[in-house]
Amino acid sequence: MAKRESSFINMVLTLVLVTGIAAAVLGFVYDFTKGPIEVAKLKAQTEAIKTVLPEFDELGETMVFSPGEGQDSLEFFPAYKNGELVGTAIKTYTKSGFSGFISIMAGIDKDGNFSGYSVLEHAETPGLGSKMSVWFNNPEKPNQYVIGKNPETTNFTVSKDGGDIDAITASTISSRAFLDALKRAYSTYENNKTTGDSGQ
Amino acid sequence: MSKLLTVSPSPHVHSSESTQKIMLRVVYAMIPAMIWGIYMFGLDAVRIGLLSVLSCLAVEFLIQKYIMKAKPSITDGSALITGVLLAFNVPASLPWWIIIIGAIAAMGVGKLSFGGLGSNVFNPALVGRVFLLISFPVQMTSWPVTRMMEVDAVSAATPLAIIKEGIKNGIPVSQLQRLPNLSDMAIGFNHGSMGEISALLLVLGGLYMLWKKVITWQTPVSIILTVLVVSGIFWVVNPEMYVNPVYHIFTGGLMLGAIFMATDMVTSPMTGKGQLIYGIGIGLITISIRMFGAYPEGISFAILIMNAFVPLINMYIKPKRFGGQ
Amino acid sequence: MNQWKNFTKGFIKENPVFVLVLGMCPTLGVTSSAINGLGMGLATTFVLMMSNIVISLVKNAIPEKVRIPSFIVIIAAFVTVVQLLMQAFVPALYKSLGLFIPLIVVNCIVLGRAEAFASKNNVGSSAIDGIGIGLGFTFALVLLGSIREILGSGKLFNITIYPENYVTLVFVLAPGAFIVLGYLIALINRMKKN
Repeated sequence: MAKRESSFINMVLTLVLVTGIAAAVLGFVYDFTKGPIEVAKLKAQTEAIKTVLPEFDELGETMVFSPGEGQDSLEFFPAYKNGELVGTAIKTYTKSGFSGFISIMAGIDKDGNFSGYSVLEHAETPGLGSKMSVWFNNPEKPNQYVIGKNPETTNFTVSKDGGDIDAITASTISSRAFLDALKRAYSTYENNKTTGDSGQ
Repeated sequence: MSKLLTVSPSPHVHSSESTQKIMLRVVYAMIPAMIWGIYMFGLDAVRIGLLSVLSCLAVEFLIQKYIMKAKPSITDGSALITGVLLAFNVPASLPWWIIIIGAIAAMGVGKLSFGGLGSNVFNPALVGRVFLLISFPVQMTSWPVTRMMEVDAVSAATPLAIIKEGIKNGIPVSQLQRLPNLSDMAIGFNHGSMGEISALLLVLGGLYMLWKKVITWQTPVSIILTVLVVSGIFWVVNPEMYVNPVYHIFTGGLMLGAIFMATDMVTSPMTGKGQLIYGIGIGLITISIRMFGAYPEGISFAILIMNAFVPLINMYIKPKRFGGQ
Repeated sequence: MNQWKNFTKGFIKENPVFVLVLGMCPTLGVTSSAINGLGMGLATTFVLMMSNIVISLVKNAIPEKVRIPSFIVIIAAFVTVVQLLMQAFVPALYKSLGLFIPLIVVNCIVLGRAEAFASKNNVGSSAIDGIGIGLGFTFALVLLGSIREILGSGKLFNITIYPENYVTLVFVLAPGAFIVLGYLIALINRMKKN
């Protein structure tokens, strides 16, 4: 079979056909994967919430609150056990990481203390700032442990700046950013407590 | 040492006799700073120094003999200098295995991968230091306590790290605590790598090398002047936030870098004019990193970056041909 | 055994990474661990094989002057298919490869094979060529990723080999990618010489 001639009409027809078929195939695949992608996303989110909160059996309706004028809002996921509020998972963030944006899921229990956290997204240096996913979660090191504390009883500032939490060795900037995200979650939680608890 | 030889284009072809002589003079020039380091940091400095020199010599010998299958040239003294400079550039408390990795990076990656002395693009000791700084940031920035310090301290911050904290947090210079005063810093009563702390003794070594014509004045002077002028401008505009320019000169690795590392014959431009451009570039990058970068000190990055520009500088600024106009 | 040669040439003789030095962006970008290298390599292999097959099928129907845009649309379609499938069924791997999956479109290996091989050969040879080159790419990425993971995080395929306190961090960062790749290319050149 000889190659088709590059006449104008041939070229237009070919391109229309190629793009048309490609679009049809993609449409089909998109439709096919839409469900599984949703499921996978939801599963990842639920798993993150599970790691930061004490046992719960049901998630309430997701709420959205702004931490302050002109700032991106945070997502709140109230969690219930036997119909009683056991805590709230808050998807919080900071923009002051060593490499910018960090997204963290933080859990606050019904007494208002942090019950856990999970780093969802970050671009910090591996081996340094990336250690935040375990550093602040180590019960053997009370000075860097954030669980069971809250910014009202503990000064959530790195000890180098006069606070109560020890920064990750050689990663003060990442540590400050991490604490900034937690403080943002807590202050937003406090400001919206009445509306947040009215879900019960 | 004739002037013609020191400005010859690379690759250099030295007889081993003359290379050895130059290298020995560099070693003599480093002795005052070395003795000061040992005085300040004690046996740790001796340990790091010996280990660094021995592993640099061993790495060069092994690679040349068994991988390059060439006659080892460890007696030319260049590996000795790299070893001493590498030790000068690390905290004296560094664990022993890290300094060996540094020697492998300096000699293997920085020098012999390019073909050995005369062919390397980057200063080997700095390749080793930056490799370690990126790989072991915790150990490479834990500065040991010197004998001059308060007894209750366990580790110390360098003056530059304190200044950087100040800039990041918007704390005025006058409120920064623990910042040593200028004369202490010039003499060497402060914290840092074992070879960088005494600016005066480094200058002494530099003057000796100038006298013996091992180095030329252009590179160190242009680096120091550039840093002085640029930090001076910032200081004049806002003396609250930025420290005195003289402070920048005497702190960190600036003197060590300007006098001993940037002047390395193989990796610096061959003409005086080229060296001025090279020095100004190093000065600008250093002060930019110190003021705006993530790291408190930038001289090693600055020298490595400008090393990469040396072939370009040599291409555009050629030495005047003998007898030419 | 011409087909066998078509298949094996991608491993050493015409290895896209070590010999042709193509597709450097994903090579340097994703190989911070062996599993990332494997995922990226297999995704690229799938795209290579499928686009090679389709392009060799339609090669005569496409006019000379619009062949590059047509090829790119075909390649981009397969890349998007891979992206959607990974997002749905291996979300963890998708998350760590992230940006680099869509970038398979501009990986010059894929367009290079389409242009140099699939548009001149029959379907069977093109499929084998795609798989061979793709596996060669995968091999290179896994090798690079393994070395970087062992030296830089003390692990291999996420299994800890030695304690994290002794890792040389530079190898999981960008400069480490360049250093390891440089030495691997040197090694392959030396092996080819002997």
